[in-house]
Amino acid sequence: MFVEEHDAKQLISAGGVAIPQGQDALTPDAAYSVATAVSGAVMVKAQVPTGKRGKGGGIVKCETPDDARDAAEHLLGSKLGDFAIDRVLVESCADINQELYVAVTIDPTSGGPLLMLSTEGGVDIEEVHATSPDKVQTANINIETGLGAGQAMDLAVATGLDPQMHVPLAGMLLTLYGLFRQYDAELLEINPLAVTKGGELVALDCKLVIDDNAVFRQPGAGPERHIGTALELEAKEQDFLFVEFDGDVGVLANGAGLTMSTMDAVTAHGGQPANFLEVGGMAYKRATPALALVLKNPKVKSLLVNLCGAYARTDVIAEGLIAGFHELKPELDVSFCIHGTGEDRAQQLVRDELGIEPHDSMDDAVREAIANAAAYAGNRQ
Amino acid sequence: MISSKPNVLVQGITGSEGTYWAEQMLANGTDVVAGCTPGKGGQEVAGVPVYSTVVEALVKHRIDLSVIFVPARFAKGAAVEAIEAGVPSIIVLAEFVPVHDTMEILALARRAEAKLIGPNCPGIVFPGRDFVGIMPGWSDRLFAPGRIGVVSRSGSLGALINLNLVAGGYGQSAFLGLGGDPIVGTTFRDALEWFEADPNTDAVVLLGEVGGTMEEEAAGFIRSMSKPVVAFIAGQNAPEGKRMGHAGAMVSGGKGTAASKMSALADAGAHVATVPSDVVQLLRAL
Repeated sequence: MFVEEHDAKQLISAGGVAIPQGQDALTPDAAYSVATAVSGAVMVKAQVPTGKRGKGGGIVKCETPDDARDAAEHLLGSKLGDFAIDRVLVESCADINQELYVAVTIDPTSGGPLLMLSTEGGVDIEEVHATSPDKVQTANINIETGLGAGQAMDLAVATGLDPQMHVPLAGMLLTLYGLFRQYDAELLEINPLAVTKGGELVALDCKLVIDDNAVFRQPGAGPERHIGTALELEAKEQDFLFVEFDGDVGVLANGAGLTMSTMDAVTAHGGQPANFLEVGGMAYKRATPALALVLKNPKVKSLLVNLCGAYARTDVIAEGLIAGFHELKPELDVSFCIHGTGEDRAQQLVRDELGIEPHDSMDDAVREAIANAAAYAGNRQ
Repeated sequence: MISSKPNVLVQGITGSEGTYWAEQMLANGTDVVAGCTPGKGGQEVAGVPVYSTVVEALVKHRIDLSVIFVPARFAKGAAVEAIEAGVPSIIVLAEFVPVHDTMEILALARRAEAKLIGPNCPGIVFPGRDFVGIMPGWSDRLFAPGRIGVVSRSGSLGALINLNLVAGGYGQSAFLGLGGDPIVGTTFRDALEWFEADPNTDAVVLLGEVGGTMEEEAAGFIRSMSKPVVAFIAGQNAPEGKRMGHAGAMVSGGKGTAASKMSALADAGAHVATVPSDVVQLLRAL
């Protein structure tokens, strides 16, 4: 779950991290009011769940409240990438002496938290890492003991910053690591972390991604703005794992691995999948709404059902699909391949109820579904 | 890993899933010796005694492996209880375990020198011997005793490839399901090391997927292996920034692509399939 900057900054501010003075605004007039209250130059920042806002024109420096109103007017209602801007954050401009980069993330290689720190803040850290890896310090953290004060101090000293900054920076690292743990973060990134001319550390931006699996115990995280197409958002509401593509072969399979592999096979045989939709795991009893979701996509011109049950019972999935076919009566061809747990009954159900003979080979089912899509003569638009 | 037939504890045995799978395991040769559910001590499920705590079960039984059938948000508590009690190997099946919980379980397991498989995994199958987890270990269309080691992140893709193997006349020395989360206790590299040393395995099938770097890290070990490896990577057209069902299956910042994994594996000498059905062809061509 991506926590937008204005919410994330409130969370870290409550945790003791200094942030610029400011407030989010939903209208140009509100932006004007915030800029007036803050006094001096402000930054007007589009609040959308994506990085690279600076390059996309989503961050505007304004010298006066009138400029802030104009900038907000321009940004609000426009789009940045895939996202409509419905909120801006208006903040005072910091008196920056130097920009640092700090992030805490999960590291699949070590299986624990990883802290990254660089004196090259404010830029794309991936590029810094690629071009001058010596400028990015990384430290694996033992999650049982946490980040130690000594480890934090070593990292701070190694930056080569003015010695007066070492203790405040080490303190900042400890605070950020604590927030990473407190909020079940996959990523807590401060880029840039400004060193002001007065020697203070201020978080000018904050990217917080909370583990989707831990949102249940993060009531302070606020509402989530879901990312995706209209159909993907509808799927998310129904708790389906669904991704939309541009192709015309609708895919229904069980399990993430098999569903991905089915899409790979469609591509390898010269077709184009219309979606990723998994009806395995706990979703295997909900095949009827899953089918409805795939069919809602007007690009879909044939259906491919590929099941290989392990935990998921293919006969239960088949029952759900058949109920869906009887209810929705889709006017397109369907190709089946069914194996694994419950296959005998599932195959018989498909034969008896739909009059369709399932393929024994997955590749045959894939090829037929691609041919059916190409031959499709109807109009589902 | 689990080289000899383990005595198994089922944590969460009184829940519907725990009971169903305990019965299936018992009916198919698995030595399920005890179950555990807090507050349910003294009951019996499928003829197996149930204890309220893991320690009580350990007082009465030798336990080599605990399989955890509790929902994701309680998985850490159950896993920590088992490891702290001294169970040497644990399998966490649940999907949606918070990743901070997984990191804590893994750190404790390392300190206690316990083996962790999962989370979000289908378990392990030793055809003709036993199975632990939620794969249909009894299915003679998916599993047959043989000499191919199969290791997969995913249960469903594992099922498909196992089906193809058996249809093609092969059998498995073992199937190891590692799980689809970004952090899992047992990695491809761990599994390859085990298969390389296993006298019952002649060749290994590795079934990876997009996201993370576990396949790339395994590639380094493949170079030193004496046994051939056939690999397939799912998610060859997965787009950037979209989770493909599994929490760990996401390409981000251009990293974790199927292309990167396939070339790392091929460079290391693995035989890499582009569609699942190629796996058996590649094995046959060895």
